[in-house]
Amino acid sequence: MFIKQLSVFIENQEGRLEQVLEVLKQEGINIISLSLADTSEYGLLRLITSDPAAGQAALKKQGFSAMLTDVLAVRLAHQVGRLQEILSFVCKAGLNVEYMYALSNKEGDASIICKISNGDEAAVLLKSKEVELFSQEDILRIFC
Amino acid sequence: MIWNETKECMSRDEMEFLQSKRLVKTVDRVYHNVEFYRKKMQQVGIEPGDIKGIEDLHKLPYTTKNDLRDTYPFGLFAAPKSEIVRVHASSGTTGKATVVGYTRRDLDIWSECVARALTQAGVTRDDIIQVAYGYGLFTGGLGAHGGAEKLGAIVVPMSTGNTKKLTTMMKDFGVTAIACTPSYLLHIAEVLEESGSIPEIKLKAAVCGAEPWTENMRKQIEEKLHIHAFDIYGLSEVMGPGVACDCEYHKGLHVYEDHFLPEIIDPETLKPLPKGETGELVFTTLTKEGLPLLRYRTKDLTSIDYSPCECGRTLARISRFKGRSDDMLIIRGVNVFPSQVEAALLELGGTTPHYMMIVDRKNNLDTLEIQVEVDESFFSDEIRGLENLTKKIGHAIQNAIGLAAKIKLVEPKTLERSMGKAVHVIDKRKLV
Repeated sequence: MFIKQLSVFIENQEGRLEQVLEVLKQEGINIISLSLADTSEYGLLRLITSDPAAGQAALKKQGFSAMLTDVLAVRLAHQVGRLQEILSFVCKAGLNVEYMYALSNKEGDASIICKISNGDEAAVLLKSKEVELFSQEDILRIFC
Repeated sequence: MIWNETKECMSRDEMEFLQSKRLVKTVDRVYHNVEFYRKKMQQVGIEPGDIKGIEDLHKLPYTTKNDLRDTYPFGLFAAPKSEIVRVHASSGTTGKATVVGYTRRDLDIWSECVARALTQAGVTRDDIIQVAYGYGLFTGGLGAHGGAEKLGAIVVPMSTGNTKKLTTMMKDFGVTAIACTPSYLLHIAEVLEESGSIPEIKLKAAVCGAEPWTENMRKQIEEKLHIHAFDIYGLSEVMGPGVACDCEYHKGLHVYEDHFLPEIIDPETLKPLPKGETGELVFTTLTKEGLPLLRYRTKDLTSIDYSPCECGRTLARISRFKGRSDDMLIIRGVNVFPSQVEAALLELGGTTPHYMMIVDRKNNLDTLEIQVEVDESFFSDEIRGLENLTKKIGHAIQNAIGLAAKIKLVEPKTLERSMGKAVHVIDKRKLV
Protein backbone atom coordinates (compact mmCIF):
# COMPACT_ATOMS: atom_id res chain seq x y z
CA MET A 1 0.00 0.00 0.00
CA PHE A 2 2.75 2.39 0.95
CA ILE A 3 6.16 2.78 -0.56
CA LYS A 4 9.30 3.94 1.23
CA GLN A 5 10.59 7.39 0.52
CA LEU A 6 14.12 8.30 1.49
CA SER A 7 14.16 11.80 3.10
CA VAL A 8 17.47 13.61 3.53
CA PHE A 9 18.20 16.84 5.43
CA ILE A 10 20.63 19.03 3.51
CA GLU A 11 22.13 22.33 4.62
CA ASN A 12 22.12 25.05 1.97
CA GLN A 13 25.77 24.67 1.17
CA GLU A 14 27.64 24.34 -2.05
CA GLY A 15 28.02 20.77 -3.18
CA ARG A 16 25.89 19.07 -0.53
CA LEU A 17 23.24 17.76 -2.95
CA GLU A 18 25.94 16.44 -5.22
CA GLN A 19 27.54 14.64 -2.26
CA VAL A 20 24.25 12.89 -1.44
CA LEU A 21 23.94 11.75 -5.03
CA GLU A 22 27.55 10.58 -5.01
CA VAL A 23 26.85 8.31 -2.02
CA LEU A 24 23.86 6.79 -3.78
CA LYS A 25 25.83 6.25 -6.97
CA GLN A 26 28.58 4.44 -5.08
CA GLU A 27 25.96 2.08 -3.67
CA GLY A 28 24.53 1.46 -7.14
CA ILE A 29 21.18 2.90 -6.15
CA ASN A 30 18.90 4.16 -8.91
CA ILE A 31 16.83 7.29 -8.37
CA ILE A 32 13.34 6.95 -9.75
CA SER A 33 11.91 10.26 -8.69
CA LEU A 34 12.82 13.16 -6.42
CA SER A 35 11.69 16.46 -5.07
CA LEU A 36 13.76 19.11 -3.38
CA ALA A 37 12.03 21.47 -0.95
CA ASP A 38 14.13 24.44 0.00
CA THR A 39 14.11 27.12 2.71
CA SER A 40 16.67 29.87 3.15
CA GLU A 41 18.87 27.73 5.37
CA TYR A 42 18.29 24.11 4.53
CA GLY A 43 16.65 21.81 2.06
CA LEU A 44 14.77 18.53 2.25
CA LEU A 45 15.52 16.02 -0.45
CA ARG A 46 12.83 13.39 -0.95
CA LEU A 47 13.77 10.40 -3.09
CA ILE A 48 12.13 7.32 -4.48
CA THR A 49 14.92 4.84 -5.13
CA SER A 50 15.55 1.27 -6.12
CA ASP A 51 16.71 0.39 -2.57
CA PRO A 52 15.61 2.88 0.09
CA ALA A 53 16.95 0.95 3.10
CA ALA A 54 20.42 0.59 1.61
CA GLY A 55 20.34 4.26 0.61
CA GLN A 56 19.48 5.30 4.14
CA ALA A 57 22.21 3.14 5.65
CA ALA A 58 24.84 4.47 3.25
CA LEU A 59 23.84 8.09 3.82
CA LYS A 60 23.82 7.70 7.62
CA LYS A 61 27.27 6.18 7.45
CA GLN A 62 28.42 9.33 5.66
CA GLY A 63 26.91 11.49 8.41
CA PHE A 64 23.69 12.62 6.73
CA SER A 65 20.35 12.76 8.52
CA ALA A 66 18.27 10.37 6.44
CA MET A 67 14.97 8.71 7.26
CA LEU A 68 12.44 6.47 5.59
CA THR A 69 8.90 7.73 5.29
CA ASP A 70 5.77 5.96 4.13
CA VAL A 71 4.20 7.71 1.15
CA LEU A 72 1.53 6.83 -1.37
CA ALA A 73 2.39 6.25 -5.03
CA VAL A 74 -0.74 6.79 -7.07
CA ARG A 75 -1.26 5.77 -10.70
CA LEU A 76 -3.03 8.41 -12.78
CA ALA A 77 -4.42 8.00 -16.22
CA HIS A 78 -3.31 10.71 -18.69
CA GLN A 79 -6.66 12.32 -18.59
CA VAL A 80 -7.87 15.86 -17.97
CA GLY A 81 -9.21 16.30 -14.43
CA ARG A 82 -8.01 12.95 -13.04
CA LEU A 83 -5.73 14.43 -10.39
CA GLN A 84 -8.42 16.92 -9.41
CA GLU A 85 -10.89 14.06 -9.05
CA ILE A 86 -8.58 12.10 -6.78
CA LEU A 87 -7.89 15.17 -4.66
CA SER A 88 -11.59 15.84 -4.33
CA PHE A 89 -11.95 12.45 -2.57
CA VAL A 90 -9.14 13.41 -0.22
CA CYS A 91 -10.54 16.85 0.54
CA LYS A 92 -14.07 15.62 1.11
CA ALA A 93 -12.71 13.19 3.70
CA GLY A 94 -11.14 16.15 5.54
CA LEU A 95 -7.58 15.06 4.77
CA ASN A 96 -4.68 17.32 3.79
CA VAL A 97 -1.90 16.88 1.29
CA GLU A 98 1.42 17.48 3.06
CA TYR A 99 3.42 17.35 -0.16
CA MET A 100 3.27 15.87 -3.63
CA TYR A 101 5.53 15.36 -6.60
CA ALA A 102 5.51 13.53 -9.94
CA LEU A 103 6.77 10.03 -10.58
CA SER A 104 7.94 9.01 -14.03
CA ASN A 105 6.39 5.85 -15.34
CA LYS A 106 7.61 3.67 -18.21
CA GLU A 107 4.12 2.30 -18.88
CA GLY A 108 2.86 5.60 -20.26
CA ASP A 109 0.58 6.61 -17.39
CA ALA A 110 1.20 9.61 -15.20
CA SER A 111 1.74 9.00 -11.49
CA ILE A 112 2.36 10.92 -8.33
CA ILE A 113 3.95 10.49 -4.92
CA CYS A 114 2.05 12.11 -2.12
CA LYS A 115 1.98 12.27 1.64
CA ILE A 116 -1.43 12.82 3.13
CA SER A 117 -2.15 13.90 6.70
CA ASN A 118 -3.59 10.52 7.70
CA GLY A 119 -1.84 8.02 5.46
CA ASP A 120 -3.78 4.89 6.48
CA GLU A 121 -7.16 6.54 6.11
CA ALA A 122 -6.14 8.00 2.75
CA ALA A 123 -4.97 4.63 1.42
CA VAL A 124 -8.23 2.92 2.40
CA LEU A 125 -10.24 5.76 0.95
CA LEU A 126 -8.39 5.78 -2.39
CA LYS A 127 -8.66 2.01 -2.73
CA SER A 128 -12.42 2.20 -2.13
CA LYS A 129 -12.57 4.67 -5.02
CA GLU A 130 -10.62 2.22 -7.18
CA VAL A 131 -7.59 4.42 -7.42
CA GLU A 132 -4.54 2.28 -8.12
CA LEU A 133 -1.68 2.50 -5.60
CA PHE A 134 1.74 1.13 -6.38
CA SER A 135 3.47 -1.20 -3.95
CA GLN A 136 7.21 -1.28 -3.32
CA GLU A 137 7.47 -4.30 -5.64
CA ASP A 138 5.56 -2.45 -8.36
CA ILE A 139 8.05 0.37 -8.12
CA LEU A 140 10.96 -1.98 -8.71
CA ARG A 141 9.19 -3.79 -11.52
CA ILE A 142 7.70 -0.88 -13.40
CA PHE A 143 10.13 1.93 -12.82
CA CYS A 144 13.62 0.51 -12.62
CA MET B 1 35.01 65.07 42.92
CA ILE B 2 34.93 62.40 45.59
CA TRP B 3 31.59 61.39 47.15
CA ASN B 4 32.88 60.04 50.48
CA GLU B 5 36.42 61.24 51.04
CA THR B 6 36.72 59.69 54.52
CA LYS B 7 36.16 56.21 53.15
CA GLU B 8 37.59 56.51 49.67
CA CYS B 9 40.90 58.10 50.64
CA MET B 10 41.80 56.21 53.83
CA SER B 11 45.35 55.06 54.46
CA ARG B 12 45.95 51.34 53.91
CA ASP B 13 46.33 50.80 57.68
CA GLU B 14 43.05 52.49 58.47
CA MET B 15 41.28 50.56 55.72
CA GLU B 16 42.62 47.22 56.92
CA PHE B 17 41.62 48.06 60.48
CA LEU B 18 38.08 48.89 59.35
CA GLN B 19 37.88 45.79 57.14
CA SER B 20 39.07 43.57 59.99
CA LYS B 21 36.50 44.98 62.39
CA ARG B 22 33.71 44.49 59.84
CA LEU B 23 34.89 41.01 58.84
CA VAL B 24 34.71 39.81 62.44
CA LYS B 25 31.14 41.13 62.66
CA THR B 26 30.13 39.52 59.36
CA VAL B 27 31.57 36.13 60.32
CA ASP B 28 29.74 36.31 63.62
CA ARG B 29 26.50 37.19 61.84
CA VAL B 30 26.61 34.35 59.30
CA TYR B 31 27.75 31.79 61.87
CA HIS B 32 24.78 32.52 64.07
CA ASN B 33 22.15 33.17 61.40
CA VAL B 34 22.96 30.93 58.43
CA GLU B 35 23.01 27.18 58.89
CA PHE B 36 24.96 26.71 55.66
CA TYR B 37 27.91 28.78 56.93
CA ARG B 38 27.78 27.37 60.46
CA LYS B 39 28.08 23.84 59.06
CA LYS B 40 30.78 24.81 56.60
CA MET B 41 32.84 26.46 59.33
CA GLN B 42 32.35 23.53 61.68
CA GLN B 43 33.49 21.17 58.92
CA VAL B 44 36.83 22.93 58.67
CA GLY B 45 36.98 23.31 62.43
CA ILE B 46 36.76 27.06 62.90
CA GLU B 47 34.64 29.25 65.12
CA PRO B 48 33.89 32.96 64.84
CA GLY B 49 36.53 33.60 67.55
CA ASP B 50 39.24 32.24 65.24
CA ILE B 51 38.73 35.11 62.84
CA LYS B 52 40.40 38.15 64.37
CA GLY B 53 40.96 40.18 61.22
CA ILE B 54 41.57 40.10 57.49
CA GLU B 55 44.81 38.16 58.05
CA ASP B 56 42.54 35.20 58.94
CA LEU B 57 40.44 35.51 55.78
CA HIS B 58 42.13 32.49 54.15
CA LYS B 59 40.73 30.22 56.90
CA LEU B 60 37.14 30.86 55.81
CA PRO B 61 35.26 28.60 53.36
CA TYR B 62 34.41 29.71 49.82
CA THR B 63 30.92 30.37 48.51
CA THR B 64 29.91 29.64 44.90
CA LYS B 65 26.91 30.34 42.70
CA ASN B 66 25.96 26.67 43.16
CA ASP B 67 25.68 27.22 46.92
CA LEU B 68 23.10 29.92 46.23
CA ARG B 69 21.24 27.56 43.94
CA ASP B 70 21.34 24.70 46.45
CA THR B 71 19.87 26.92 49.14
CA TYR B 72 17.24 28.39 46.76
CA PRO B 73 15.45 30.63 47.38
CA PHE B 74 16.26 32.22 50.76
CA GLY B 75 18.60 29.71 52.41
CA LEU B 76 21.59 32.02 52.71
CA PHE B 77 19.70 35.03 54.02
CA ALA B 78 21.13 36.21 57.32
CA ALA B 79 18.27 38.50 58.29
CA PRO B 80 14.70 37.55 59.24
CA LYS B 81 12.15 37.95 56.44
CA SER B 82 10.64 40.93 58.25
CA GLU B 83 13.91 42.81 57.69
CA ILE B 84 14.25 41.97 53.99
CA VAL B 85 12.69 44.69 51.85
CA ARG B 86 13.61 43.60 48.33
CA VAL B 87 14.83 40.63 46.31
CA HIS B 88 16.48 40.46 42.91
CA ALA B 89 17.23 37.35 40.90
CA SER B 90 19.61 36.36 38.17
CA SER B 91 19.77 33.23 36.09
CA GLY B 92 21.50 30.23 37.61
CA THR B 93 23.68 27.73 35.80
CA THR B 94 20.96 25.17 35.16
CA GLY B 95 17.73 27.06 35.09
CA LYS B 96 17.00 27.79 38.73
CA ALA B 97 17.38 31.45 39.56
CA THR B 98 19.88 32.84 42.04
CA VAL B 99 17.93 34.94 44.52
CA VAL B 100 19.49 37.79 46.47
CA GLY B 101 17.86 39.75 49.30
CA TYR B 102 18.43 43.22 50.76
CA THR B 103 17.56 44.90 54.04
CA ARG B 104 16.80 48.62 54.06
CA ARG B 105 20.35 49.30 55.21
CA ASP B 106 21.71 47.12 52.39
CA LEU B 107 19.80 49.25 49.90
CA ASP B 108 21.19 52.43 51.50
CA ILE B 109 24.74 51.13 51.20
CA TRP B 110 24.13 50.01 47.63
CA SER B 111 22.93 53.52 46.75
CA GLU B 112 25.99 54.97 48.50
CA CYS B 113 28.28 52.81 46.37
CA VAL B 114 26.53 53.74 43.13
CA ALA B 115 26.63 57.42 44.17
CA ARG B 116 30.41 57.08 44.60
CA ALA B 117 30.68 55.55 41.14
CA LEU B 118 28.56 58.28 39.54
CA THR B 119 30.65 60.93 41.30
CA GLN B 120 33.79 59.30 39.89
CA ALA B 121 32.20 59.78 36.47
CA GLY B 122 31.71 63.47 37.21
CA VAL B 123 27.95 63.24 37.69
CA THR B 124 26.47 65.57 40.33
CA ARG B 125 23.10 66.61 41.74
CA ASP B 126 22.85 69.15 38.92
CA ASP B 127 22.74 66.45 36.26
CA ILE B 128 19.89 64.68 34.50
CA ILE B 129 20.61 60.97 34.17
CA GLN B 130 18.83 58.35 32.09
CA VAL B 131 18.99 54.88 33.59
CA ALA B 132 18.72 52.55 30.61
CA TYR B 133 19.43 49.23 32.27
CA GLY B 134 16.51 46.83 32.53
CA TYR B 135 14.30 47.48 35.56
CA GLY B 136 13.02 44.41 37.33
CA LEU B 137 14.62 41.28 38.73
CA PHE B 138 17.91 42.32 37.13
CA THR B 139 19.91 44.48 39.56
CA GLY B 140 21.04 46.96 36.87
CA GLY B 141 18.03 49.25 36.61
CA LEU B 142 16.96 49.67 40.23
CA GLY B 143 20.58 49.59 41.44
CA ALA B 144 21.70 52.48 39.26
CA HIS B 145 18.43 54.24 39.99
CA GLY B 146 18.92 54.19 43.77
CA GLY B 147 22.43 55.59 43.49
CA ALA B 148 21.41 58.38 41.15
CA GLU B 149 18.61 59.41 43.51
CA LYS B 150 20.98 59.34 46.47
CA LEU B 151 23.29 61.61 44.51
CA GLY B 152 20.38 63.98 43.99
CA ALA B 153 20.42 64.03 40.20
CA ILE B 154 17.20 64.03 38.20
CA VAL B 155 16.64 60.39 37.34
CA VAL B 156 14.84 59.38 34.15
CA PRO B 157 14.01 55.66 34.58
CA MET B 158 14.06 54.69 30.90
CA SER B 159 14.71 50.96 31.29
CA THR B 160 15.49 49.27 27.97
CA GLY B 161 13.66 48.67 24.75
CA ASN B 162 12.53 52.02 23.40
CA THR B 163 15.51 53.71 21.81
CA LYS B 164 13.43 56.28 19.95
CA LYS B 165 11.82 57.55 23.13
CA LEU B 166 15.20 57.52 24.84
CA THR B 167 16.90 59.67 22.20
CA THR B 168 13.95 62.04 21.99
CA MET B 169 13.98 62.60 25.74
CA MET B 170 17.75 62.87 25.72
CA LYS B 171 17.42 65.85 23.40
CA ASP B 172 14.27 67.39 24.90
CA PHE B 173 15.30 67.10 28.56
CA GLY B 174 18.93 68.01 27.99
CA VAL B 175 20.08 64.74 29.55
CA THR B 176 23.71 64.98 30.71
CA ALA B 177 24.47 61.42 31.87
CA ILE B 178 23.42 57.89 31.07
CA ALA B 179 23.79 54.49 32.71
CA CYS B 180 23.41 51.46 30.41
CA THR B 181 25.34 48.60 28.86
CA PRO B 182 28.21 49.71 26.59
CA SER B 183 26.79 47.88 23.59
CA TYR B 184 23.42 49.58 24.04
CA LEU B 185 25.14 52.96 24.29
CA LEU B 186 26.95 52.32 21.00
CA HIS B 187 23.61 51.46 19.46
CA ILE B 188 22.13 54.70 20.82
CA ALA B 189 25.13 56.60 19.43
CA GLU B 190 24.47 55.16 15.98
CA VAL B 191 20.80 56.04 16.09
CA LEU B 192 21.74 59.61 17.06
CA GLU B 193 24.40 59.76 14.37
CA GLU B 194 22.02 58.59 11.65
CA SER B 195 19.49 61.27 12.48
CA GLY B 196 22.26 63.87 12.72
CA SER B 197 21.25 64.71 16.29
CA ILE B 198 24.59 64.44 18.03
CA PRO B 199 25.11 68.25 18.04
CA GLU B 200 21.73 68.63 19.79
CA ILE B 201 22.51 66.46 22.83
CA LYS B 202 24.09 67.63 26.08
CA LEU B 203 25.39 64.28 27.24
CA LYS B 204 28.77 64.45 28.98
CA ALA B 205 29.21 61.15 30.85
CA ALA B 206 28.21 57.51 30.66
CA VAL B 207 28.54 54.82 33.31
CA CYS B 208 28.52 51.50 31.50
CA GLY B 209 28.63 47.96 32.78
CA ALA B 210 26.84 44.60 33.12
CA GLU B 211 28.83 43.15 30.24
CA PRO B 212 32.49 42.94 29.24
CA TRP B 213 33.80 45.62 26.90
CA THR B 214 37.13 46.67 25.56
CA GLU B 215 39.22 49.82 25.81
CA ASN B 216 38.52 50.26 22.09
CA MET B 217 34.77 50.28 22.67
CA ARG B 218 35.25 52.92 25.34
CA LYS B 219 37.21 55.12 22.93
CA GLN B 220 34.63 54.56 20.22
CA ILE B 221 31.80 55.64 22.56
CA GLU B 222 33.75 58.67 23.73
CA GLU B 223 34.60 59.81 20.19
CA LYS B 224 31.15 59.27 18.72
CA LEU B 225 29.29 61.05 21.51
CA HIS B 226 31.99 63.48 22.71
CA ILE B 227 31.60 62.25 26.29
CA HIS B 228 33.59 60.47 29.00
CA ALA B 229 32.68 56.83 29.54
CA PHE B 230 33.31 54.88 32.74
CA ASP B 231 33.35 51.20 33.53
CA ILE B 232 31.16 50.11 36.44
CA TYR B 233 31.34 46.58 37.81
CA GLY B 234 29.15 44.54 40.05
CA LEU B 235 27.37 41.25 40.44
CA SER B 236 24.04 40.63 42.02
CA GLU B 237 25.33 38.05 44.49
CA VAL B 238 27.70 40.61 45.99
CA MET B 239 25.25 43.51 45.59
CA GLY B 240 24.68 44.61 42.00
CA PRO B 241 26.29 47.39 39.97
CA GLY B 242 28.56 49.59 42.08
CA VAL B 243 30.99 47.10 43.59
CA ALA B 244 33.74 48.89 41.65
CA CYS B 245 34.07 51.66 39.05
CA ASP B 246 36.93 53.38 37.24
CA CYS B 247 37.85 57.04 37.64
CA GLU B 248 38.96 59.69 35.15
CA TYR B 249 42.45 58.12 34.96
CA HIS B 250 41.04 54.77 33.78
CA LYS B 251 43.77 52.79 35.46
CA GLY B 252 41.61 50.07 36.93
CA LEU B 253 38.28 50.02 38.75
CA HIS B 254 38.23 51.26 42.35
CA VAL B 255 36.67 48.64 44.60
CA TYR B 256 34.54 49.97 47.46
CA GLU B 257 36.69 48.00 49.84
CA ASP B 258 35.07 49.23 53.02
CA HIS B 259 32.03 47.18 51.95
CA PHE B 260 33.51 44.45 49.73
CA LEU B 261 36.78 42.81 50.64
CA PRO B 262 38.52 41.59 47.47
CA GLU B 263 41.15 38.87 47.15
CA ILE B 264 42.72 37.05 44.23
CA ILE B 265 43.02 33.27 44.28
CA ASP B 266 44.37 30.60 42.01
CA PRO B 267 41.18 29.00 40.57
CA GLU B 268 42.90 25.60 40.37
CA THR B 269 44.57 25.29 43.78
CA LEU B 270 42.14 27.73 45.51
CA LYS B 271 45.12 29.28 47.32
CA PRO B 272 45.33 33.07 47.67
CA LEU B 273 47.81 34.60 45.23
CA PRO B 274 50.45 37.20 46.15
CA LYS B 275 49.50 40.86 45.65
CA GLY B 276 49.53 41.96 42.02
CA GLU B 277 49.15 38.53 40.46
CA THR B 278 46.31 37.61 38.11
CA GLY B 279 43.76 35.08 39.25
CA GLU B 280 40.10 34.70 40.19
CA LEU B 281 38.46 37.60 42.00
CA VAL B 282 36.80 36.66 45.29
CA PHE B 283 34.65 38.95 47.45
CA THR B 284 33.69 38.85 51.09
CA THR B 285 30.92 41.31 51.92
CA LEU B 286 31.67 43.41 54.98
CA THR B 287 28.46 45.26 55.77
CA LYS B 288 25.66 43.31 54.14
CA GLU B 289 22.81 42.11 56.38
CA GLY B 290 20.41 40.38 53.99
CA LEU B 291 22.83 38.17 52.12
CA PRO B 292 26.35 38.42 53.52
CA LEU B 293 28.74 36.18 51.59
CA LEU B 294 32.08 34.78 52.69
CA ARG B 295 34.71 34.52 49.96
CA TYR B 296 32.29 34.48 47.02
CA ARG B 297 34.01 33.22 43.87
CA THR B 298 33.15 35.59 41.01
CA LYS B 299 34.96 33.46 38.38
CA ASP B 300 36.20 36.73 36.86
CA LEU B 301 39.94 36.79 36.22
CA THR B 302 41.81 39.96 37.14
CA SER B 303 44.56 41.40 39.35
CA ILE B 304 44.48 44.01 42.13
CA ASP B 305 46.64 47.13 42.38
CA TYR B 306 46.85 48.55 45.94
CA SER B 307 48.85 51.66 45.12
CA PRO B 308 47.08 55.02 45.62
CA CYS B 309 45.56 56.46 42.45
CA GLU B 310 46.33 59.84 40.84
CA CYS B 311 42.68 60.77 41.49
CA GLY B 312 43.37 60.85 45.24
CA ARG B 313 41.51 57.66 46.09
CA THR B 314 43.37 54.94 47.95
CA LEU B 315 40.78 52.26 47.16
CA ALA B 316 42.39 49.21 45.54
CA ARG B 317 41.87 48.90 41.80
CA ILE B 318 41.02 45.78 39.84
CA SER B 319 42.34 45.68 36.29
CA ARG B 320 40.17 45.19 33.20
CA PHE B 321 38.94 41.59 33.26
CA LYS B 322 41.07 39.02 31.51
CA GLY B 323 38.34 36.44 31.07
CA ARG B 324 36.54 33.97 33.29
CA SER B 325 37.47 30.77 35.04
CA ASP B 326 34.15 29.18 34.05
CA ASP B 327 32.16 29.09 30.83
CA MET B 328 29.64 31.84 31.64
CA LEU B 329 28.87 34.24 28.80
CA ILE B 330 27.43 37.70 29.16
CA ILE B 331 25.15 38.42 26.23
CA ARG B 332 23.28 41.73 26.11
CA GLY B 333 23.94 42.01 29.83
CA VAL B 334 22.37 38.62 30.57
CA ASN B 335 24.43 35.85 32.16
CA VAL B 336 24.22 32.71 30.05
CA PHE B 337 25.69 29.30 30.76
CA PRO B 338 25.96 26.70 27.99
CA SER B 339 24.58 24.18 30.51
CA GLN B 340 21.24 26.05 30.43
CA VAL B 341 21.00 25.60 26.67
CA GLU B 342 21.95 21.96 27.03
CA ALA B 343 19.26 21.34 29.65
CA ALA B 344 16.62 22.98 27.44
CA LEU B 345 17.57 20.85 24.43
CA LEU B 346 17.61 17.72 26.55
CA GLU B 347 14.06 18.39 27.66
CA LEU B 348 12.89 18.67 24.06
CA GLY B 349 14.43 15.61 22.50
CA GLY B 350 15.15 13.18 25.28
CA THR B 351 18.74 13.09 24.09
CA THR B 352 21.14 16.00 23.88
CA PRO B 353 21.83 16.92 20.29
CA HIS B 354 25.18 18.41 19.46
CA TYR B 355 24.93 22.19 19.50
CA MET B 356 27.08 25.26 19.15
CA MET B 357 26.40 28.75 20.48
CA ILE B 358 27.78 31.49 18.26
CA VAL B 359 27.98 34.85 19.95
CA ASP B 360 28.76 37.88 17.86
CA ARG B 361 28.36 41.62 17.96
CA LYS B 362 26.61 43.11 14.94
CA ASN B 363 25.92 46.85 14.77
CA ASN B 364 27.12 46.93 18.37
CA LEU B 365 24.43 44.60 19.64
CA ASP B 366 25.19 41.11 20.82
CA THR B 367 23.68 38.33 18.76
CA LEU B 368 23.27 34.71 19.70
CA GLU B 369 22.84 31.97 17.16
CA ILE B 370 22.41 28.39 18.28
CA GLN B 371 23.20 25.73 15.72
CA VAL B 372 21.60 22.39 16.45
CA GLU B 373 22.44 19.20 14.64
CA VAL B 374 19.33 17.51 13.26
CA ASP B 375 19.58 13.91 14.37
CA GLU B 376 17.13 10.99 14.20
CA SER B 377 15.08 12.08 17.18
CA PHE B 378 14.48 15.54 15.70
CA PHE B 379 14.22 14.92 11.98
CA SER B 380 11.05 15.37 9.98
CA ASP B 381 10.37 14.83 6.28
CA GLU B 382 8.13 17.90 6.21
CA ILE B 383 9.32 21.50 6.05
CA ARG B 384 6.52 22.40 8.44
CA GLY B 385 7.87 19.83 10.88
CA LEU B 386 11.34 21.33 10.70
CA GLU B 387 10.00 24.85 11.05
CA ASN B 388 7.99 23.83 14.11
CA LEU B 389 11.11 22.24 15.50
CA THR B 390 13.04 25.49 15.02
CA LYS B 391 10.28 27.42 16.80
CA LYS B 392 10.06 24.89 19.62
CA ILE B 393 13.79 25.03 20.23
CA GLY B 394 13.65 28.83 20.09
CA HIS B 395 10.92 28.98 22.76
CA ALA B 396 12.67 26.48 25.01
CA ILE B 397 15.95 28.41 24.79
CA GLN B 398 14.23 31.73 25.46
CA ASN B 399 12.54 30.28 28.53
CA ALA B 400 15.81 28.85 29.77
CA ILE B 401 18.11 31.83 29.30
CA GLY B 402 15.77 34.78 28.96
CA LEU B 403 17.18 35.79 25.58
CA ALA B 404 15.92 35.33 22.06
CA ALA B 405 18.33 33.30 19.98
CA LYS B 406 18.36 32.57 16.28
CA ILE B 407 18.08 28.81 15.84
CA LYS B 408 19.76 27.20 12.89
CA LEU B 409 19.38 23.52 12.05
CA VAL B 410 22.51 21.93 10.67
CA GLU B 411 23.47 18.49 9.42
CA PRO B 412 24.73 15.88 11.87
CA LYS B 413 28.46 15.74 12.55
CA THR B 414 29.06 19.16 11.02
CA LEU B 415 29.72 20.98 14.28
CA GLU B 416 33.23 20.96 15.55
CA ARG B 417 34.13 18.22 18.02
CA SER B 418 36.99 18.72 20.40
CA MET B 419 39.13 16.01 21.84
CA GLY B 420 38.78 16.78 25.53
CA LYS B 421 36.08 18.97 27.05
CA ALA B 422 33.29 19.68 24.57
CA VAL B 423 33.39 23.15 23.06
CA HIS B 424 29.91 24.60 22.77
CA VAL B 425 30.67 28.27 22.34
CA ILE B 426 32.26 30.39 19.67
CA ASP B 427 32.54 33.97 20.87
CA LYS B 428 33.42 36.21 17.96
CA ARG B 429 33.20 39.44 19.97
CA LYS B 430 36.88 39.36 20.97
CA LEU B 431 36.29 41.15 24.26
CA VAL B 432 39.40 40.01 26.09
